[in-house]
Amino acid sequence: MNDALRDLYREVILDHSRRPRNYGAMDAANRQSDGFNPLCGDRLRLFLLVEDGAVRQASFVGDGCAISTASASLLTEAARGLPEEEALELVENFRGMVAGESEPDGESLGKLTVFAGVRDYPTRVKCATLAWHTLRAAIEQSGETVKTE
Amino acid sequence: MIAAPAYDLEKVRADFPILSEEVRGQRIAYLDNAASSQKPRAVLDAVDHVYETGYANIHRGVHVLSERATEHYERSRRRMAKFIGAQSADEVIFVRGTTEGLNLVASSLGRYALREGDEVLLTGMEHHSNIVPWQMVADLTGAKVLAAPVTDRGELDMDGFAALLSDRTRIVSVVHVSNALGTVNPVDEIARLAKERGAYLVLDGAQAAPHLKLDVQELGCDFYCLSGHKMYGPSGIGVLWGKKRLLEAIPPYQGGGEMIRTVSFERTTYAEPPAKFEAGTPNIAGPVGLAAAADYLDGLGIPEVAEHEARVREYAESRLSEIPGLRVVGTAREKAAVVSFVVDGVHPHDLGTVLDQEGVAVRTGHHCTQPLMERFGVPATARASFGLYNTEAEVDRLAAGLRTALEVFRP
Ligand SMILES: Cc1ncc(COP(=O)(O)O)c(C=O)c1O
Repeated sequence: MNDALRDLYREVILDHSRRPRNYGAMDAANRQSDGFNPLCGDRLRLFLLVEDGAVRQASFVGDGCAISTASASLLTEAARGLPEEEALELVENFRGMVAGESEPDGESLGKLTVFAGVRDYPTRVKCATLAWHTLRAAIEQSGETVKTE
Repeated sequence: MIAAPAYDLEKVRADFPILSEEVRGQRIAYLDNAASSQKPRAVLDAVDHVYETGYANIHRGVHVLSERATEHYERSRRRMAKFIGAQSADEVIFVRGTTEGLNLVASSLGRYALREGDEVLLTGMEHHSNIVPWQMVADLTGAKVLAAPVTDRGELDMDGFAALLSDRTRIVSVVHVSNALGTVNPVDEIARLAKERGAYLVLDGAQAAPHLKLDVQELGCDFYCLSGHKMYGPSGIGVLWGKKRLLEAIPPYQGGGEMIRTVSFERTTYAEPPAKFEAGTPNIAGPVGLAAAADYLDGLGIPEVAEHEARVREYAESRLSEIPGLRVVGTAREKAAVVSFVVDGVHPHDLGTVLDQEGVAVRTGHHCTQPLMERFGVPATARASFGLYNTEAEVDRLAAGLRTALEVFRP
């Protein structure tokens, strides 16, 4: 594997793509949203338990590439415990980072900065953001399938 | 007997300037020819030649440049008529590509032939461009769109196809060669069955044109579409061929300049085909590039090209079969230069990214054939598709790249 690839497929990403965390439907969920990337056929369904204006738990099921699977997996960890507004801010920060609009900021993004390498792969940005768009839809309760294009 | 001259691969490769370009420090193994092919010098020069020596709007000016441009354009039409075996150049309509050709046929033939309750029979391996236009005209006319089943090998299920044909079938529209699987469909048999029912037959030849010697009259179809950019010609130009009497009978597609005889606010009369279907200023240099591509292909000999590609494809199938967990999707007995595959535990999109880093260009995704992906239970495949300049060494790079991907993704 060359350096460019190593920058994209960081060990954390590979780990989460092989063993996604919080994988599975959630019976207790009170929010749910579907995401679809027509470009590569990736699909995912995100489940949230939201109480007192904060995300208590998040899980997902779906079928996707390493980037989109790892992104969903890390999302379910990162969103847990966040008030809804902060979760929406995180969506925006994450999107800005992988789209190359803002520098990776460890303070606001923590572990999620492992996705910074995606900036150099324009065709993969949508893979990384699919779960996050879906999170926004689940919080905003738009109820539609989110498409990446 | 004279021995056939050996296929001179080195010479062929030297005809394509892009093949000697280096990208990120290496030459690209371009294995995405089913999406679009690269262009030989002869095509690039032919297009330049139009702009440098005889460009103006066509069919309109009395001046010398317009005359020259018109002659370039019409000579290309005659060349393409010969390339596909049309009876006359008037049956050759220049369109943007297969998509526009199919939309034209669906709209014009559909409005002419379809009534409520009529049926259009497609197959389960159609490109979206041979599905959606029919759905659009079916909505308009009250006709129904059906799709014939595909077998596990990726061949058309001919019993299933025949069972769906009925006296309600007015139009049959089928892909000649599948872009996602490479399957070459038995169009002779399809034409015979369609004719028995009195149905019109439309063939999507986007993938056939660069690999098969075409003779539209012998194929027994009524309409045939192809794209220039997949047969080493420019993008934005393609051919719709139709039988003359049908082109005369069906209504026009777009309205505008060039396609009329007389216009008044009370009544407009249309020009004869092909002008009837070429409203507005067309792509003027494109047809010249396309004709040059036809010359180039015929110069090499399409059977020789096909034989070379078959060799490369078979080599690829054998190299890929050595890769653990790799499954080829589409193993038809009659196949063109496509190998579609999935690898256990590695998503096609990730394969594509790793291969790209190794300088190997493949396509990953649903290949605009979502119903077919559904049929095979995969969201997407990776697809290597070969052209007349590909080499076994490039296949070796593909195989090596896949092994790198396995190292990355399989712990
Ligand atoms: C089988 C088939 N049909 C139709 C098309 C559409 O052709 P185009 O995009 O050139 O209009 C393609 C290629 O994209 C194809 O492979």
